[in-house]
Amino acid sequence: MCLGIPGKVVEVRDRIAVVDFGGVLREVDATLEEVNPGDYVIVHVGVIISKMDPETARETIEAWEEMIRTLEES
Amino acid sequence: MDVSAPFRDPGISRLIVGKIAGIAGELDDRVKIMDFCGTHEWTITHYGIRSLMPENVELVAGPGCPVCITPGYYVDVAVKLAMEGVRVFTFGDVYRLPGSSKGAPRNLEEARSEGADVRIVYSVADAVKLSSDGKESVFLAVGFETTAPATLSPIYRGAVPDNLSFIVVHRLTPPITKYVLENYPQSPIRGIIAPGHVSAITGAAEWKFVAEDYGIPVVVSGFEPVDILLSILEILRQVRDGRAELVNEYSRVVRWEGNLRAKGIMRSTCEVVEAGWRGIGFVPESGLRLRKGYSRYDALVRYGVPELSKEAWLEDLPPGCRCAEVTLGMAKPADCPLFRKVCTPERPYGPCMVSSEGTCLIWAKYGGDELLRGLREEFEPT
Ligand code: SF4
Repeated sequence: MCLGIPGKVVEVRDRIAVVDFGGVLREVDATLEEVNPGDYVIVHVGVIISKMDPETARETIEAWEEMIRTLEES
Repeated sequence: MDVSAPFRDPGISRLIVGKIAGIAGELDDRVKIMDFCGTHEWTITHYGIRSLMPENVELVAGPGCPVCITPGYYVDVAVKLAMEGVRVFTFGDVYRLPGSSKGAPRNLEEARSEGADVRIVYSVADAVKLSSDGKESVFLAVGFETTAPATLSPIYRGAVPDNLSFIVVHRLTPPITKYVLENYPQSPIRGIIAPGHVSAITGAAEWKFVAEDYGIPVVVSGFEPVDILLSILEILRQVRDGRAELVNEYSRVVRWEGNLRAKGIMRSTCEVVEAGWRGIGFVPESGLRLRKGYSRYDALVRYGVPELSKEAWLEDLPPGCRCAEVTLGMAKPADCPLFRKVCTPERPYGPCMVSSEGTCLIWAKYGGDELLRGLREEFEPT
Protein backbone atom coordinates (compact mmCIF):
# COMPACT_ATOMS: atom_id res chain seq x y z
CA MET A 1 0.00 0.00 0.00
CA CYS A 2 2.76 2.42 0.88
CA LEU A 3 4.45 1.69 -2.38
CA GLY A 4 5.99 4.84 -3.80
CA ILE A 5 6.81 4.90 -7.47
CA PRO A 6 9.72 7.05 -8.60
CA GLY A 7 9.31 9.18 -11.69
CA LYS A 8 10.40 12.41 -13.32
CA VAL A 9 8.21 15.47 -13.79
CA VAL A 10 7.77 16.43 -17.45
CA GLU A 11 5.18 19.15 -17.21
CA VAL A 12 3.18 20.97 -14.55
CA ARG A 13 -0.19 22.62 -15.10
CA ASP A 14 -2.29 23.93 -12.33
CA ARG A 15 -2.30 21.21 -9.68
CA ILE A 16 -1.56 18.38 -12.09
CA ALA A 17 1.87 17.12 -13.09
CA VAL A 18 2.71 14.86 -15.99
CA VAL A 19 5.23 12.33 -14.68
CA ASP A 20 7.43 10.01 -16.69
CA PHE A 21 7.63 6.54 -15.12
CA GLY A 22 10.37 4.91 -17.16
CA GLY A 23 8.74 5.89 -20.45
CA VAL A 24 5.09 5.73 -19.37
CA LEU A 25 3.52 9.15 -18.91
CA ARG A 26 0.80 9.69 -16.32
CA GLU A 27 -1.01 12.65 -14.87
CA VAL A 28 -0.69 12.85 -11.11
CA ASP A 29 -1.84 15.15 -8.33
CA ALA A 30 0.74 17.81 -7.47
CA THR A 31 -1.07 19.60 -4.66
CA LEU A 32 1.11 18.37 -1.81
CA GLU A 33 4.50 19.27 -3.20
CA GLU A 34 5.85 22.23 -5.18
CA VAL A 35 7.37 20.64 -8.29
CA ASN A 36 8.96 21.76 -11.55
CA PRO A 37 9.76 19.97 -14.79
CA GLY A 38 12.92 17.90 -14.32
CA ASP A 39 12.26 17.13 -10.65
CA TYR A 40 12.44 13.51 -9.51
CA VAL A 41 9.44 12.59 -7.41
CA ILE A 42 7.85 9.74 -5.47
CA VAL A 43 4.23 9.06 -6.40
CA HIS A 44 1.81 7.18 -4.16
CA VAL A 45 -1.77 6.34 -5.25
CA GLY A 46 -1.61 9.05 -7.90
CA VAL A 47 -0.25 11.77 -5.62
CA ILE A 48 3.26 13.23 -5.44
CA ILE A 49 4.22 12.77 -1.78
CA SER A 50 7.84 13.89 -2.00
CA LYS A 51 10.67 14.92 -4.24
CA MET A 52 13.72 12.72 -4.63
CA ASP A 53 17.00 14.56 -4.62
CA PRO A 54 19.74 12.98 -6.80
CA GLU A 55 22.39 15.09 -5.09
CA THR A 56 21.43 13.75 -1.66
CA ALA A 57 21.30 10.21 -3.07
CA ARG A 58 24.90 10.58 -4.20
CA GLU A 59 25.97 12.06 -0.88
CA THR A 60 24.25 9.26 1.04
CA ILE A 61 26.12 6.56 -0.85
CA GLU A 62 29.42 8.43 -0.47
CA ALA A 63 28.91 9.00 3.24
CA TRP A 64 28.16 5.33 3.85
CA GLU A 65 31.10 4.20 1.79
CA GLU A 66 33.23 6.45 3.92
CA MET A 67 31.71 4.95 7.05
CA ILE A 68 32.33 1.43 5.83
CA ARG A 69 35.95 2.31 5.08
CA THR A 70 36.35 3.68 8.60
CA LEU A 71 34.98 0.42 9.95
CA GLU A 72 37.59 -1.33 7.87
CA GLU A 73 40.39 0.53 9.61
CA SER A 74 39.08 0.29 13.16
CA MET B 1 18.52 8.46 -14.92
CA ASP B 2 17.69 6.06 -12.12
CA VAL B 3 18.50 7.92 -8.94
CA SER B 4 18.24 4.79 -6.85
CA ALA B 5 20.42 2.55 -9.02
CA PRO B 6 23.44 2.62 -6.65
CA PHE B 7 21.08 1.38 -3.93
CA ARG B 8 20.64 -1.85 -5.86
CA ASP B 9 24.33 -2.35 -6.53
CA PRO B 10 25.41 -5.93 -5.72
CA GLY B 11 29.02 -4.82 -5.07
CA ILE B 12 27.97 -2.34 -2.40
CA SER B 13 25.52 -4.88 -0.98
CA ARG B 14 28.27 -7.46 -0.66
CA LEU B 15 30.48 -4.98 1.15
CA ILE B 16 27.76 -4.13 3.65
CA VAL B 17 26.82 -7.77 4.23
CA GLY B 18 30.47 -8.37 5.13
CA LYS B 19 30.42 -5.52 7.65
CA ILE B 20 27.17 -6.76 9.14
CA ALA B 21 28.71 -10.17 9.71
CA GLY B 22 31.78 -8.56 11.29
CA ILE B 23 29.83 -6.48 13.78
CA ALA B 24 27.38 -9.28 14.57
CA GLY B 25 30.37 -11.42 15.47
CA GLU B 26 31.33 -8.91 18.16
CA LEU B 27 27.92 -9.17 19.84
CA ASP B 28 27.30 -11.92 22.37
CA ASP B 29 23.54 -11.98 22.19
CA ARG B 30 20.77 -12.16 19.65
CA VAL B 31 19.55 -9.00 17.99
CA LYS B 32 15.96 -8.80 16.82
CA ILE B 33 15.25 -6.01 14.35
CA MET B 34 11.72 -5.08 13.34
CA ASP B 35 11.00 -3.81 9.85
CA PHE B 36 7.82 -1.88 10.25
CA CYS B 37 6.71 -1.50 6.70
CA GLY B 38 5.18 -4.07 4.36
CA THR B 39 7.21 -2.73 1.49
CA HIS B 40 10.40 -3.26 3.49
CA GLU B 41 9.29 -6.80 4.21
CA TRP B 42 8.82 -7.25 0.49
CA THR B 43 12.38 -6.09 -0.25
CA ILE B 44 13.79 -8.26 2.54
CA THR B 45 11.97 -11.36 1.36
CA HIS B 46 12.24 -10.74 -2.36
CA TYR B 47 16.00 -10.20 -2.26
CA GLY B 48 16.57 -12.97 0.28
CA ILE B 49 18.09 -10.55 2.79
CA ARG B 50 17.13 -12.77 5.74
CA SER B 51 19.34 -15.47 4.36
CA LEU B 52 22.28 -13.06 4.32
CA MET B 53 22.00 -12.29 8.02
CA PRO B 54 24.39 -13.75 10.57
CA GLU B 55 22.80 -16.32 12.84
CA ASN B 56 22.31 -13.94 15.74
CA VAL B 57 20.52 -11.27 13.71
CA GLU B 58 16.81 -11.82 13.27
CA LEU B 59 14.56 -9.67 11.09
CA VAL B 60 10.88 -9.65 12.02
CA ALA B 61 8.04 -8.01 10.18
CA GLY B 62 5.95 -5.44 12.02
CA PRO B 63 2.43 -4.05 11.73
CA GLY B 64 3.14 -2.24 8.48
CA CYS B 65 0.31 -3.57 6.33
CA PRO B 66 -2.62 -1.16 6.46
CA VAL B 67 -4.99 -3.56 4.74
CA CYS B 68 -4.21 -6.36 7.23
CA ILE B 69 -5.02 -4.19 10.24
CA THR B 70 -8.23 -2.69 8.85
CA PRO B 71 -10.99 -3.95 11.18
CA GLY B 72 -13.42 -6.31 9.47
CA TYR B 73 -16.21 -4.04 10.71
CA TYR B 74 -15.47 -1.43 8.04
CA VAL B 75 -15.49 -4.05 5.31
CA ASP B 76 -18.89 -5.19 6.63
CA VAL B 77 -20.16 -1.61 6.42
CA ALA B 78 -18.89 -1.21 2.86
CA VAL B 79 -20.39 -4.56 1.83
CA LYS B 80 -23.73 -3.66 3.38
CA LEU B 81 -23.85 -0.28 1.62
CA ALA B 82 -22.83 -1.93 -1.65
CA MET B 83 -25.65 -4.46 -1.33
CA GLU B 84 -28.06 -1.60 -0.70
CA GLY B 85 -27.14 -0.03 -4.02
CA VAL B 86 -24.39 2.40 -3.09
CA ARG B 87 -21.40 2.31 -5.40
CA VAL B 88 -18.23 1.43 -3.47
CA PHE B 89 -14.77 2.49 -4.55
CA THR B 90 -11.59 1.11 -3.05
CA PHE B 91 -7.97 0.22 -3.75
CA GLY B 92 -7.20 -3.16 -5.29
CA ASP B 93 -5.66 -4.55 -2.12
CA VAL B 94 -8.91 -4.11 -0.20
CA TYR B 95 -11.14 -5.82 -2.74
CA ARG B 96 -10.73 -9.32 -1.33
CA LEU B 97 -10.23 -8.34 2.31
CA PRO B 98 -12.61 -10.44 4.40
CA GLY B 99 -15.04 -8.67 6.71
CA SER B 100 -15.91 -9.97 10.15
CA SER B 101 -19.40 -11.28 9.48
CA LYS B 102 -19.93 -14.96 9.16
CA GLY B 103 -22.61 -14.49 6.54
CA ALA B 104 -22.18 -13.73 2.87
CA PRO B 105 -20.97 -11.73 1.09
CA ARG B 106 -17.69 -11.95 2.95
CA ASN B 107 -15.89 -9.23 1.04
CA LEU B 108 -16.36 -6.65 -1.70
CA GLU B 109 -15.39 -9.14 -4.38
CA GLU B 110 -18.28 -11.40 -3.40
CA ALA B 111 -20.62 -8.41 -3.13
CA ARG B 112 -19.74 -7.54 -6.69
CA SER B 113 -20.35 -11.04 -7.95
CA GLU B 114 -23.79 -10.73 -6.37
CA GLY B 115 -24.47 -7.66 -8.45
CA ALA B 116 -23.21 -4.79 -6.29
CA ASP B 117 -21.41 -1.88 -7.94
CA VAL B 118 -17.85 -2.15 -6.60
CA ARG B 119 -15.02 -0.37 -8.38
CA ILE B 120 -11.30 -0.75 -7.88
CA VAL B 121 -9.53 2.54 -8.44
CA TYR B 122 -5.89 3.50 -8.54
CA SER B 123 -6.37 6.90 -6.93
CA VAL B 124 -8.92 8.93 -5.00
CA ALA B 125 -8.90 11.35 -7.94
CA ASP B 126 -10.30 8.55 -10.14
CA ALA B 127 -13.19 8.04 -7.72
CA VAL B 128 -13.84 11.78 -7.65
CA LYS B 129 -13.91 11.87 -11.44
CA LEU B 130 -16.21 8.85 -11.77
CA SER B 131 -18.57 10.30 -9.17
CA SER B 132 -19.37 13.28 -11.37
CA ASP B 133 -22.28 11.14 -12.64
CA GLY B 134 -24.12 11.92 -9.39
CA LYS B 135 -24.54 8.33 -8.18
CA GLU B 136 -24.44 7.73 -4.40
CA SER B 137 -20.90 6.54 -3.78
CA VAL B 138 -18.60 5.60 -0.93
CA PHE B 139 -14.84 5.27 -0.82
CA LEU B 140 -13.45 2.72 1.60
CA ALA B 141 -10.28 4.62 2.48
CA VAL B 142 -7.60 2.58 4.24
CA GLY B 143 -3.91 3.31 4.62
CA PHE B 144 -1.29 4.90 6.81
CA GLU B 145 0.02 8.48 6.79
CA THR B 146 1.36 7.89 3.29
CA THR B 147 -2.14 7.45 1.91
CA ALA B 148 -4.25 9.66 4.17
CA PRO B 149 -3.34 12.95 2.41
CA ALA B 150 -4.50 11.49 -0.91
CA THR B 151 -7.97 11.03 0.62
CA LEU B 152 -7.99 14.24 2.59
CA SER B 153 -6.53 16.68 0.08
CA PRO B 154 -9.55 16.63 -2.30
CA ILE B 155 -11.88 16.88 0.73
CA TYR B 156 -9.91 19.84 2.04
CA ARG B 157 -9.97 21.58 -1.33
CA GLY B 158 -13.71 21.06 -1.73
CA ALA B 159 -13.09 19.01 -4.86
CA VAL B 160 -15.37 16.13 -3.81
CA PRO B 161 -18.92 16.02 -5.23
CA ASP B 162 -21.85 15.80 -2.76
CA ASN B 163 -22.68 12.22 -3.72
CA LEU B 164 -19.27 10.85 -2.67
CA SER B 165 -18.39 10.17 0.96
CA PHE B 166 -15.64 8.25 2.72
CA ILE B 167 -15.28 5.46 5.25
CA VAL B 168 -12.05 6.78 6.74
CA VAL B 169 -9.93 3.98 8.22
CA HIS B 170 -6.61 5.79 8.09
CA ARG B 171 -4.23 4.72 10.82
CA LEU B 172 -1.07 6.24 12.27
CA THR B 173 2.21 4.37 12.56
CA PRO B 174 4.19 5.90 15.44
CA PRO B 175 1.35 5.12 17.90
CA ILE B 176 1.20 1.43 16.92
CA THR B 177 4.98 1.20 17.16
CA LYS B 178 4.77 2.65 20.65
CA TYR B 179 2.01 0.18 21.45
CA VAL B 180 4.14 -2.77 20.34
CA LEU B 181 7.11 -1.55 22.38
CA GLU B 182 4.95 -0.95 25.48
CA ASN B 183 2.93 -4.14 25.36
CA TYR B 184 5.35 -6.78 24.25
CA PRO B 185 8.51 -6.20 26.27
CA GLN B 186 8.98 -9.97 26.49
CA SER B 187 9.99 -9.92 22.85
CA PRO B 188 12.81 -7.44 22.96
CA ILE B 189 13.26 -5.50 19.78
CA ARG B 190 16.77 -4.07 19.55
CA GLY B 191 16.31 -1.95 16.47
CA ILE B 192 13.57 -0.58 14.26
CA ILE B 193 13.65 0.03 10.53
CA ALA B 194 11.14 2.86 10.23
CA PRO B 195 8.87 3.20 7.20
CA GLY B 196 10.26 5.42 4.45
CA HIS B 197 7.17 6.59 2.63
CA VAL B 198 5.19 7.13 5.82
CA SER B 199 8.09 9.30 6.93
CA ALA B 200 8.01 11.28 3.67
CA ILE B 201 4.74 12.63 5.09
CA THR B 202 5.33 12.59 8.85
CA GLY B 203 8.99 13.53 8.73
CA ALA B 204 11.90 11.50 10.09
CA ALA B 205 11.76 13.46 13.36
CA GLU B 206 8.51 11.69 14.24
CA TRP B 207 10.55 8.56 15.13
CA LYS B 208 12.80 10.23 17.68
CA PHE B 209 10.76 8.78 20.54
CA VAL B 210 11.95 5.26 19.71
CA ALA B 211 15.54 6.21 20.48
CA GLU B 212 14.85 8.73 23.22
CA ASP B 213 12.05 7.06 25.19
CA TYR B 214 12.86 3.40 24.59
CA GLY B 215 16.62 3.46 24.00
CA ILE B 216 16.23 1.58 20.72
CA PRO B 217 18.17 2.48 17.54
CA VAL B 218 15.85 3.52 14.73
CA VAL B 219 16.65 4.11 11.07
CA VAL B 220 14.28 5.59 8.49
CA SER B 221 15.04 3.48 5.47
CA GLY B 222 14.53 3.48 1.72
CA PHE B 223 13.26 0.43 -0.14
CA GLU B 224 16.20 -0.83 -2.19
CA PRO B 225 18.32 -3.70 -0.88
CA VAL B 226 21.27 -1.40 -0.14
CA ASP B 227 18.97 0.90 1.84
CA ILE B 228 17.83 -1.97 4.03
CA LEU B 229 21.32 -3.41 4.46
CA LEU B 230 22.71 0.00 5.45
CA SER B 231 19.91 0.40 7.96
CA ILE B 232 20.67 -2.99 9.51
CA LEU B 233 24.38 -2.15 9.63
CA GLU B 234 23.65 1.15 11.34
CA ILE B 235 21.42 -0.51 13.93
CA LEU B 236 24.06 -3.15 14.70
CA ARG B 237 26.76 -0.49 15.07
CA GLN B 238 24.61 1.36 17.55
CA VAL B 239 23.81 -1.83 19.47
CA ARG B 240 27.50 -2.67 19.66
CA ASP B 241 28.41 0.83 20.85
CA GLY B 242 25.53 0.97 23.32
CA ARG B 243 23.94 3.93 21.56
CA ALA B 244 20.37 4.61 20.47
CA GLU B 245 19.87 7.28 17.85
CA LEU B 246 17.55 8.21 15.03
CA VAL B 247 19.19 8.11 11.60
CA ASN B 248 17.55 9.09 8.33
CA GLU B 249 19.05 6.78 5.73
CA TYR B 250 16.39 7.75 3.16
CA SER B 251 17.29 11.44 3.14
CA ARG B 252 17.03 11.54 -0.66
CA VAL B 253 13.26 11.42 -0.16
CA VAL B 254 12.48 12.01 3.52
CA ARG B 255 12.87 15.43 5.09
CA TRP B 256 13.35 15.86 8.78
CA GLU B 257 10.07 17.75 9.12
CA GLY B 258 8.19 15.75 6.45
CA ASN B 259 5.60 17.13 4.06
CA LEU B 260 4.24 20.17 5.87
CA ARG B 261 1.43 20.77 3.42
CA ALA B 262 0.16 17.20 3.79
CA LYS B 263 0.44 17.35 7.56
CA GLY B 264 -1.47 20.63 7.60
CA ILE B 265 -4.29 19.09 5.56
CA MET B 266 -4.47 16.07 7.87
CA ARG B 267 -4.65 18.33 10.92
CA SER B 268 -7.28 20.64 9.43
CA THR B 269 -9.63 17.89 8.27
CA CYS B 270 -9.21 15.23 10.97
CA GLU B 271 -8.89 14.69 14.66
CA VAL B 272 -6.66 11.99 16.06
CA VAL B 273 -8.65 9.33 17.93
CA GLU B 274 -8.25 6.02 19.69
CA ALA B 275 -8.86 3.52 16.91
CA GLY B 276 -9.27 -0.19 16.26
CA TRP B 277 -6.60 -2.38 14.66
CA ARG B 278 -7.67 -5.75 13.39
CA GLY B 279 -6.68 -8.60 15.66
CA ILE B 280 -4.93 -6.16 17.99
CA GLY B 281 -7.63 -3.96 19.53
CA PHE B 282 -7.95 -0.29 20.28
CA VAL B 283 -4.77 1.73 20.24
CA PRO B 284 -4.62 5.25 21.70
CA GLU B 285 -4.28 8.19 19.30
CA SER B 286 -3.77 5.93 16.33
CA GLY B 287 -6.58 6.82 13.91
CA LEU B 288 -7.94 9.74 11.93
CA ARG B 289 -11.57 10.80 12.01
CA LEU B 290 -13.08 13.61 9.95
CA ARG B 291 -13.81 16.72 11.99
CA LYS B 292 -17.36 18.03 12.40
CA GLY B 293 -16.87 20.65 9.71
CA TYR B 294 -16.19 17.88 7.19
CA SER B 295 -18.79 15.37 8.39
CA ARG B 296 -20.76 15.63 5.15
CA TYR B 297 -17.93 13.61 3.62
CA ASP B 298 -18.09 11.01 6.39
CA ALA B 299 -19.97 7.96 5.07
CA LEU B 300 -20.71 6.73 8.60
CA VAL B 301 -22.46 9.99 9.39
CA ARG B 302 -24.20 10.13 6.03
CA TYR B 303 -25.69 6.65 6.29
CA GLY B 304 -26.24 6.69 10.04
CA VAL B 305 -23.79 3.85 10.72
CA PRO B 306 -22.21 3.88 14.20
CA GLU B 307 -18.42 4.19 14.49
CA LEU B 308 -16.72 1.05 15.71
CA SER B 309 -16.51 1.50 19.47
CA LYS B 310 -14.21 -0.01 22.02
CA GLU B 311 -17.23 -1.53 23.75
CA ALA B 312 -18.44 -3.21 20.56
CA TRP B 313 -14.97 -4.51 19.67
CA LEU B 314 -15.01 -8.15 18.76
CA GLU B 315 -12.27 -10.50 17.77
CA ASP B 316 -12.55 -10.18 14.00
CA LEU B 317 -9.95 -12.55 12.65
CA PRO B 318 -11.27 -15.74 11.12
CA PRO B 319 -10.96 -18.69 13.56
CA GLY B 320 -7.42 -20.09 13.67
CA CYS B 321 -5.82 -17.19 11.82
CA ARG B 322 -2.67 -15.92 13.57
CA CYS B 323 -2.43 -12.73 11.58
CA ALA B 324 -2.35 -10.57 14.74
CA GLU B 325 0.74 -12.31 16.08
CA VAL B 326 2.34 -12.19 12.65
CA THR B 327 1.59 -8.48 12.52
CA LEU B 328 3.11 -7.87 15.93
CA GLY B 329 6.28 -9.74 15.06
CA MET B 330 5.46 -12.53 17.54
CA ALA B 331 4.95 -15.31 15.01
CA LYS B 332 6.08 -16.13 11.51
CA PRO B 333 3.59 -17.06 8.82
CA ALA B 334 5.00 -20.59 8.82
CA ASP B 335 3.95 -20.89 12.49
CA CYS B 336 0.32 -20.72 11.36
CA PRO B 337 -1.01 -24.23 10.62
CA LEU B 338 -3.23 -22.82 7.89
CA PHE B 339 -0.36 -21.15 6.04
CA ARG B 340 -0.15 -22.39 2.44
CA LYS B 341 -2.59 -25.18 3.24
CA VAL B 342 -5.98 -23.65 3.91
CA CYS B 343 -4.80 -20.10 3.37
CA THR B 344 -3.15 -19.43 0.01
CA PRO B 345 -2.61 -16.42 -2.26
CA GLU B 346 -5.29 -17.82 -4.58
CA ARG B 347 -7.78 -18.39 -1.77
CA PRO B 348 -6.81 -16.12 1.11
CA TYR B 349 -8.41 -17.02 4.43
CA GLY B 350 -6.93 -14.37 6.71
CA PRO B 351 -6.23 -10.68 6.07
CA CYS B 352 -2.41 -11.05 6.00
CA MET B 353 -2.78 -13.22 2.89
CA VAL B 354 -4.78 -10.62 0.96
CA SER B 355 -2.70 -7.52 0.61
CA SER B 356 0.50 -7.33 -1.42
CA GLU B 357 2.04 -6.07 1.82
CA GLY B 358 0.67 -8.80 4.04
CA THR B 359 3.49 -10.79 5.57
CA CYS B 360 1.77 -14.12 4.86
CA LEU B 361 1.26 -13.29 1.19
CA ILE B 362 4.84 -12.09 0.79
CA TRP B 363 6.20 -15.24 2.41
CA ALA B 364 3.91 -17.48 0.39
CA LYS B 365 4.95 -15.81 -2.85
CA TYR B 366 8.61 -15.08 -2.33
CA GLY B 367 9.80 -17.63 0.14
CA GLY B 368 10.39 -16.24 3.61
CA ASP B 369 12.62 -18.86 5.20
CA GLU B 370 13.18 -20.65 1.95
CA LEU B 371 15.99 -18.72 0.50
CA LEU B 372 16.66 -17.17 -2.81
CA ARG B 373 19.89 -18.99 -3.34
CA GLY B 374 20.95 -17.17 -6.45
CA LEU B 375 20.93 -13.80 -4.79
CA ARG B 376 22.57 -15.19 -1.74
CA GLU B 377 25.50 -16.30 -3.82
CA GLU B 378 25.57 -12.97 -5.59
CA PHE B 379 25.64 -11.05 -2.34
CA GLU B 380 27.83 -13.41 -0.34
CA PRO B 381 30.98 -11.63 0.85
CA THR B 382 33.98 -12.86 -1.02
S1 SF4 C 1 -1.49 -17.83 6.85
FE1 SF4 C 1 -3.58 -17.01 6.59
S2 SF4 C 1 -4.70 -17.79 8.34
FE2 SF4 C 1 -2.51 -18.02 8.83
S3 SF4 C 1 -1.94 -16.11 9.90
FE3 SF4 C 1 -1.54 -15.78 7.74
S4 SF4 C 1 -3.40 -14.79 6.96
FE4 SF4 C 1 -3.96 -15.75 8.92
